[in-house]
Amino acid sequence: MYSIRVSPPGPHRFAFFAGPKPSLCGERVSARRSAMPSPIQNPRFLLYHRCLPLHFPPNPFPFPPNPRRLLHRSTAALSPQPAPAPQTLTSAVPPSSEILSIRESLLSRRKTAAEIAAEYLDRLRRTEQQLRSFLHVSETAMREAEEVDGLVESGAELGPLTGVLVAVKDNICTADMPSTGGSRILGSYRPAFDATAVKRLREAGAIIVGKTNLDEFGMGSTTESSGFQVTTNPWDVSRVPGGSSGGSAAAVSARQCVVSLGSDTGGSVRQPASFCGVVGMKPTYGRVSRFGLMAYASSLDVIGCFGSSVVDAAILLSAISGHDRLDATSSKHEVSDYASQLVSLDHLESKPLKGLRVGVIRETIGEGVDLGVMSSVQAAASHLEQLGSIVTEVSLPSFSLGLPAYYILASSEASSNLSRYDGVRYGYQATADELSSLYGDSRANGLGPEVKLRILMGTYALSAGYYDAYYKRAQQVRTLVRKSFKDALDKNDILISPAAPSAAYKIGEKTNDPLAMYAGDIMTVNVNLAGLPALVVPCGFVEGGPAGLPVGLQMIGAAFHEGKLLRVGHIFEQTLQNHRFIPPLLAET
Amino acid sequence: MALIYFRCIRMNHLFLHPSSPFTKKSGVLFCTLQASHAQVATQVNFQNQGKQKEKSIQTATKKTLEHHKHGYEAIIGIETHVQLSTLTKAFCSCPYLYGTRPNTTICPICMGLPGTLPVLNSKVVEFAVKLGLALNCELSMNSKFDRKQYFYPDLPKGYQISQFDVPIATKGFIDLDLPVEFGGGHRRFGITRIHMEEDAGKLLHSETGSYSQVDLNRAGVPLLEIVSEPDMRSGVEAAEYAAELQRLVRYLGVSNGNMQEGSLRCDVNISVRPTGQSQFGTKVEIKNMNSFSAMNRAIDYEISRQVLLHREGQSDQIVQETRLWDEAAQKTFTMRKKEGLADYRYFPEPDLPEVVLVKEYIDEIRQSLPELPEAKRRRYEKLGLSMQDVLFLANDNNVADFFDAAVENGADAKLAANWIMGDIAAYLKNERRTIDEIKLTPKELSELIAFIKNGTISGKIGKEILFELISKGGTVKSLIEEKDLVQIVDPATIGALVDKVLAANPKQLQQYRGGKTKLQGFFAGQVWNCGSFAILLVPCDEGIQG
Repeated sequence: MYSIRVSPPGPHRFAFFAGPKPSLCGERVSARRSAMPSPIQNPRFLLYHRCLPLHFPPNPFPFPPNPRRLLHRSTAALSPQPAPAPQTLTSAVPPSSEILSIRESLLSRRKTAAEIAAEYLDRLRRTEQQLRSFLHVSETAMREAEEVDGLVESGAELGPLTGVLVAVKDNICTADMPSTGGSRILGSYRPAFDATAVKRLREAGAIIVGKTNLDEFGMGSTTESSGFQVTTNPWDVSRVPGGSSGGSAAAVSARQCVVSLGSDTGGSVRQPASFCGVVGMKPTYGRVSRFGLMAYASSLDVIGCFGSSVVDAAILLSAISGHDRLDATSSKHEVSDYASQLVSLDHLESKPLKGLRVGVIRETIGEGVDLGVMSSVQAAASHLEQLGSIVTEVSLPSFSLGLPAYYILASSEASSNLSRYDGVRYGYQATADELSSLYGDSRANGLGPEVKLRILMGTYALSAGYYDAYYKRAQQVRTLVRKSFKDALDKNDILISPAAPSAAYKIGEKTNDPLAMYAGDIMTVNVNLAGLPALVVPCGFVEGGPAGLPVGLQMIGAAFHEGKLLRVGHIFEQTLQNHRFIPPLLAET
Repeated sequence: MALIYFRCIRMNHLFLHPSSPFTKKSGVLFCTLQASHAQVATQVNFQNQGKQKEKSIQTATKKTLEHHKHGYEAIIGIETHVQLSTLTKAFCSCPYLYGTRPNTTICPICMGLPGTLPVLNSKVVEFAVKLGLALNCELSMNSKFDRKQYFYPDLPKGYQISQFDVPIATKGFIDLDLPVEFGGGHRRFGITRIHMEEDAGKLLHSETGSYSQVDLNRAGVPLLEIVSEPDMRSGVEAAEYAAELQRLVRYLGVSNGNMQEGSLRCDVNISVRPTGQSQFGTKVEIKNMNSFSAMNRAIDYEISRQVLLHREGQSDQIVQETRLWDEAAQKTFTMRKKEGLADYRYFPEPDLPEVVLVKEYIDEIRQSLPELPEAKRRRYEKLGLSMQDVLFLANDNNVADFFDAAVENGADAKLAANWIMGDIAAYLKNERRTIDEIKLTPKELSELIAFIKNGTISGKIGKEILFELISKGGTVKSLIEEKDLVQIVDPATIGALVDKVLAANPKQLQQYRGGKTKLQGFFAGQVWNCGSFAILLVPCDEGIQG
């Protein structure tokens, strides 16, 4: 039903480019693809596939003179790029699509789906003890892989995700596995149905490898508020992977799975993608059906994608997007084959982003943002400029209002959405003598502290007499945020910012300071309030851990412009020099 | 769908009293609630306070009620929930049929399982617009759904999807005619608002009262809540308001309006104040009335109760509370006292888009509306029918259609009304059938009326034919011909028949002549049996006597 094309000359390709079409270079695409190595290989093998190493002159200073930035730049210049072990081996190998590589392996019969699955599951088992990214690992994955091999043998048409091991955040319902939302109150809960996104994955041939850890019901930024376990960061196991989709991000980073699904209410896909050095896609609100996603804040929640390359994120997004009659807020906006619009590196001209207007959000570069993160983002901006785009600063005046507005709206909706976890019909039930203690005790014992905190905040904000001052006011802020994004995106094709104000921090570092934790969401929450799509692509490193810590660049687009973000992200990723985002944990194992 | 286990829970019915321990059983279908006897307790309390009052209210007749009320005025407003007869529920594709086995028409969505989302059934909007137009309301071109939040075991999501500050219709009115036996008169009552919402499940309390079970079949069934202005002043007015609403929803086909099944539920708010006082008295809510007559009686009871408290200077004992109507005891009793206003923390339902109406859509629905009861009554009035006839005919849409069709076929309106209200109505009542279930067509009724009017058959024969037509169908003409029922009016023919019968029954004739006049009936019957039914009894009798 789907076909994946790497670089077809399509009408949509580079629609915003002013320059001539990219020209072919050297060997044919198909030949290159067939020679593609397995996803996890010694990077040295990848070297000779590289066709056209693009070279960029030293960064010209990208922004108008600004003393603050000068300072940052000098800081960046002072701090040497950490050089993790794998990177020294391969100076510049862009990430390649694991999904396409698997497909190629299957079609060429070079590997069986069972072999591929065994490889991933083996790695999953070896790394899981340290990572703890999974709450449940499928018992049927191997069997499903064997079924895929039968399908390949029979010569049947293969879906775009055939044989691809996908991990699913545990707040997304799966009929054959427990779905707890990371909460003890749903400790034993098994849904009666697959979420629409999961259903579409299966229809595309994917194998659901397991359910990943998260902050309880998505409320948190570290996975530390999971009701079950804390996931660690594959780049440094003493650090958090980010959250709430920390498990999904860590799993992709450590190649425990090929790609994964997360959910993003205030940055829960983008921040962990940044922390774990993977690609994270937060689609437009309504792009992906929420049916089967346990609601945290219904007007903000979206299901998002993690991949180790932009192509993988694009293929995954195409598979799960589209209208769903079971979700009235899902959009009927046409879904394009995002991956087919991505050109491979060898087809790129020297200025592939010529004419692209990029706005750096002024409010995201400054106080409260780590210097290393800032310099990485500035380097990324320079990189985009070198690729031909026009980079300017843009101001979103309502930016700082977004954070408090977000926490009011998200908590208010959460207080309502979580009412159903009352111990009456399913999940944890306290032993009680009468109704009010049954409710009280079930919720008091079943829900964790962060969830209770937000339910209380939300209940307060919605109470009679406070509604106007909190909820209504926050909605007004939301309107302002939407408008300021619209204005900025009228003048720019994409906006960029850091995905988080810092790289991954230590486990336990912020657990006693919820406000500091909330402040970490400043880069991402506005995007949810505006319902816009945003893509996080790894763009650099800061010091920390055994091999440095990855930093993600957030690119924000207009509603339903996921295709544009993915194209830009792909070119950015393919042309990024001197960085490889393979975590040390993976190099060790 | 996976089998869903409702586990036993221990709970206190209505949150009023701590209940006795209850053994927990696992794996039992439906959750169970412990019910206490709060009602009884409060009732006893009430009785102690004013046994005498109770008695006097109970014995109050209509007359004494009027006497009681003298100097006081009752203010009555009604909130009516109408269950819509859509094929599927409001936000999922489950059907709903009254009386199906518990928890058989449910799905993950109406059970509120994690991850499920509501999707609005467009029929609900259509029905709401229909009723809004029929109640002369202003429609909101942009309305939205809100969440009304509270915890109760019959509410699976912990909130009810409803409409709060922007209901789909507002500011309407309803016209009605009070029944002749209650003094008649035309009334117009204001409609404050109509909004769409979903129903909750049902708690089934065990006979012993030791536990209750949750049935979610009804959860998610679409309702329209109609809130009236506080325009009613008596039980009759309130009951007639409800009856008119029932008529309306049935005319419109949006609900079966059945009170016993709970498809039409009225919550009545009553306050009493001294006549002339502008400030309202304390409002009391009454629930649990299963018929219009129960409504009438419950309200009059409640008015008397409140007036009595006023008279005795105990008006401070009228508190804001919900009372239930006890049909057996014919009185109201306290269900729960309201402690301040409940905070439902309404906020806009984020899972559903706004409801946007366009003019074309409304116009289309407006054009499809049938003639409504009020218009029908005015039209019948113009046909010269009495108010009693008018009310009877317009009460049931199908009856009215039958009547209209008969008149259209040339039947005299008054005669058609008489036939329908008389023999046909009696038949329907006896056989428990509706007018569209019988074989008689309006056309044949008009034929029948015509045949009687022109003297072809007698009224009595007409009746015979009518029952034949009702049960077996056919045409009046063919029945008359088939049975040779044309009226014999020629006295000579009748005389011959009489002679024949007299000759054949000499014994009886002798007895008759001996004074046993009761035998006249016997002879008439014999003549009747002679071959033709269609003999006018009067000449026949004359023949015998002669």
